[in-house]
Amino acid sequence: MVCAFNLCVIDQLLRGQLAALSIAVVVIVVGVPLWWKTTETYRAWLPVSQINELSNLQLQLSADVEVVFARGTVTPEQQKKVPLTRTQDEEHSVDEDTALRYRYETRYRTATIMEEDALDQPTAAEADLSLHTLSECPCGSLVVYVIPESSSLLPQDVDVYIGQRRTALLRIGGQIRVGKTLDLLLAHLEPRIKQVLQVMSFSHTDITAALSDRVRLSPGNKESIADSMRTFKSSPGYEITFSLLNPDPKSHRLHWDIEGAVQTYIQPLLTKLASVANFSIDSQTLYYAMLGVNPRFDSSLGAYTLSPDSLAHMINPVEARLGSNAASSNPVLNFLLYVPDAQHSPLHIHDSKKQEVPTNAFHSPRWGGIMVYNVDGFYGPEAVFPVDLNINMAKVMGVFLAQLRLLLGVQSPNAPSGFLVAPCSRTGLADWELDRLMWSRSVENVATATTTITSLAQLLDQIGNIVINDNIAEQVSSAVTSLQLAVAELEAGNLRFALQYSKEAILASERAFFDPSLLHLLYFPDDQKFAIYIPLFLPMCVPILLSLLKIVSDARQKRREKQAKKD
Amino acid sequence: MKILGLLSLLATHLSANSVNIEENAGQFFSSGHTNNWAVLVCTSRFWFNYRHVANTLSVYRSVKRLGIPDSHIVLMLADDMACNHRNPKPATVFSHKNMELNVYGDDVEVDYRGYEVTVENFLRVLTGRLPPSTPRSKRLLSDDRSNILIYLTGHGGNGFLKFQDSEEISNVELADAFQQMWQKRRYNELLFIIDTCQGASMYERFYSPNLMALASSQVGEDSLSHQPDLAIGVHLMDRYTFYLLEFLEDIHPASKSNMNDLFKVCPKSQCVSTPGHRTDLFLRDPGSALITDFFGSVRKVEITMETVNLTDPIEQVEQNFVNEDLQKESYSYVDQLPVSEIIHQGLQLVNNNPGLSHPHLSFTGQSVCCRPSSISSI
Repeated sequence: MVCAFNLCVIDQLLRGQLAALSIAVVVIVVGVPLWWKTTETYRAWLPVSQINELSNLQLQLSADVEVVFARGTVTPEQQKKVPLTRTQDEEHSVDEDTALRYRYETRYRTATIMEEDALDQPTAAEADLSLHTLSECPCGSLVVYVIPESSSLLPQDVDVYIGQRRTALLRIGGQIRVGKTLDLLLAHLEPRIKQVLQVMSFSHTDITAALSDRVRLSPGNKESIADSMRTFKSSPGYEITFSLLNPDPKSHRLHWDIEGAVQTYIQPLLTKLASVANFSIDSQTLYYAMLGVNPRFDSSLGAYTLSPDSLAHMINPVEARLGSNAASSNPVLNFLLYVPDAQHSPLHIHDSKKQEVPTNAFHSPRWGGIMVYNVDGFYGPEAVFPVDLNINMAKVMGVFLAQLRLLLGVQSPNAPSGFLVAPCSRTGLADWELDRLMWSRSVENVATATTTITSLAQLLDQIGNIVINDNIAEQVSSAVTSLQLAVAELEAGNLRFALQYSKEAILASERAFFDPSLLHLLYFPDDQKFAIYIPLFLPMCVPILLSLLKIVSDARQKRREKQAKKD
Repeated sequence: MKILGLLSLLATHLSANSVNIEENAGQFFSSGHTNNWAVLVCTSRFWFNYRHVANTLSVYRSVKRLGIPDSHIVLMLADDMACNHRNPKPATVFSHKNMELNVYGDDVEVDYRGYEVTVENFLRVLTGRLPPSTPRSKRLLSDDRSNILIYLTGHGGNGFLKFQDSEEISNVELADAFQQMWQKRRYNELLFIIDTCQGASMYERFYSPNLMALASSQVGEDSLSHQPDLAIGVHLMDRYTFYLLEFLEDIHPASKSNMNDLFKVCPKSQCVSTPGHRTDLFLRDPGSALITDFFGSVRKVEITMETVNLTDPIEQVEQNFVNEDLQKESYSYVDQLPVSEIIHQGLQLVNNNPGLSHPHLSFTGQSVCCRPSSISSI
């Protein structure tokens, strides 16, 4: 191409400028968004606003109480104003994120004729039974029957009888002490009914203990610490293992009808607790399992004794041999029945005051219980070894059932004086005890699920390069929905539904939190990030930048020349 | 003036942080633990890192002796020294020269072995994010009342620990893992011991409450090994763990030694490096924390005072007629490998041919892993 030198140079300059400009445009318009898109991590949408709402927990617990006046407790004028309903609210603020409200809806009415007949029974236990056959109390509610002072149902010093179902018998004083008007009567009854509610329904200490996952409370008295340490945390399932330890098979051949005993004594309790958790039971026999401690022979008693200090060291040597179901991660409750060998029989456990313990058993918090069963009384010195021995399962299961109740959190609260609590029914669990357990479990589940969800949201927010898959987002959403439903049902007082939703919430939140894909493995300090990107981008960007600068400076120079020409 | 202002800002920030930590864990002040767990990790492979496996196994032995059962110990060994081809005494790992103490024994339960010991698996065990198919023995099933002991050993540097000679875990990742454990209340108190070079750098970044950390050397220092054994040909133990073990041998389940005694283990005169510790995140006074709170497993017990009165007789479980058919199937054992015969035959071979000297056959019955290669010739 023939051209003047200047023109060629200008042409080339133009081409160069066009090239630089087009490269810069492609890099900025196409390259940068492409790089951004391909290096971003996939994060599904999470309901963050709802999670933040849940972090501020306002729980309302509602309980229905029905107060029934028997004949002789209300005067005819008072009777005209009854039936009536009253609602009471109690607010407690636990910490800045958590507030509790207790709502008691009390309905007052007079007793029907059938109920009066039932209350005419000779003893409180029979009255309780016949009252129960009349009406079924829904879960979470209570009925309190107010009986006159002259009634012979309760012994002299007892004012309140708490039955095995959801009923209580309350004795009030005569009209002279109580007062003539209905308001005075109700005012007299209120604190006493409140006392009954503290025992039979939720109490503030129980609920705040259940919130321990969420709320950092300074620990109360020693008893409350011991209670919270002893009870197993809420879990969807538990495994119960019964083990028979026979260290001396040469002397004792032990037979225990464990299947029948479990079916008769333990299974009714577990069936009743089916709404709270799933239970799986197994049993085993261990031979030649020795204690880790040497019992001392006490010649005054003619027996071997175990002091309370040595009990703590008994569990570890045995635990290594107990084994567990490898398939599930549920907490395990171990119940061990130890039959001492012939040389060390009889073996008694002594408490700190050197008194013999009547049950001859002890338990360890969040682990299980051990009972020592002496068989030396069943055979004489002339017996032919090995001796066939049948174990009295009723006695053994009585102790194990008591330990099971303690470990699951069904301990009877210390009733105030003047209260008589009915002994355990055949199932080992009173209905109101089940209600208490359901209240505290629902609150505990809700508290744990909210903390899990909020800490998961915080974690995913903080660490930008964790991938959030769709299934995790789904679990989180379902956990949030279940939580909202659980809180609503607690407010409405439907205890069974509240527990069910809280269990679903906790399952979903745990599944989301412990999903294996949420592992943050890559930590890139800033200097490493620069070290990766600079060798890639710098050699490409430097010529582009320089040529852009050159274009800008050339354009400025031309403008200056033009202005100079004009002038 | 500016410096003063900056200093005062820093001071208030630090004090605010410490108050935060106390608030965070205020409820654990006087509460205790109900169970103990231990996570013992050896991160290096190859025969010349014999001492790291011996370190971990020695701590495993002490922890088992003091009461923690295998079901509560997660043992991760990155290489198999006992059955290594270069081991002149197969099925043994010695921790003291002249082969005084075999820490391998015959009841070791290794949960993660060989190539399973990775940073990912370690973090998964700590945070609990394991796939659902993982068996119970490979999980850390701790709760809010568990005291956990974590022991790491291997080759490390300033801010990192090397796993399997191919990857590293940084101190930031470790601190984040502990924070996630705290968020989910997976521990009550945690004792972290690390025996590597520049070990103190690994606990610099911790920020969760209730953590106590010990390291065998400060930043910039190397942790040294203790003594070589000329028969085996490698160094058997690291100094810090050796003296730690000597200290632990004096501890029994009922002893009352506390953490302050543990801090005095292996002074500079014995260890050549300066061991360090960190207790500012630990809420209790270290003097009130017993050694057995972490290394042992002392259970709290309560006497059972109540019993339920059961009067019903036991229901008889109905016999199923189907059972009779099932019982007709009889089972028998498969023929076992006649090990004793093989060994005796092998010994006879040696006796007949004195020229055949095989180190594997120098003792009978103890080789749990290695098969004498002369069997293949039979």
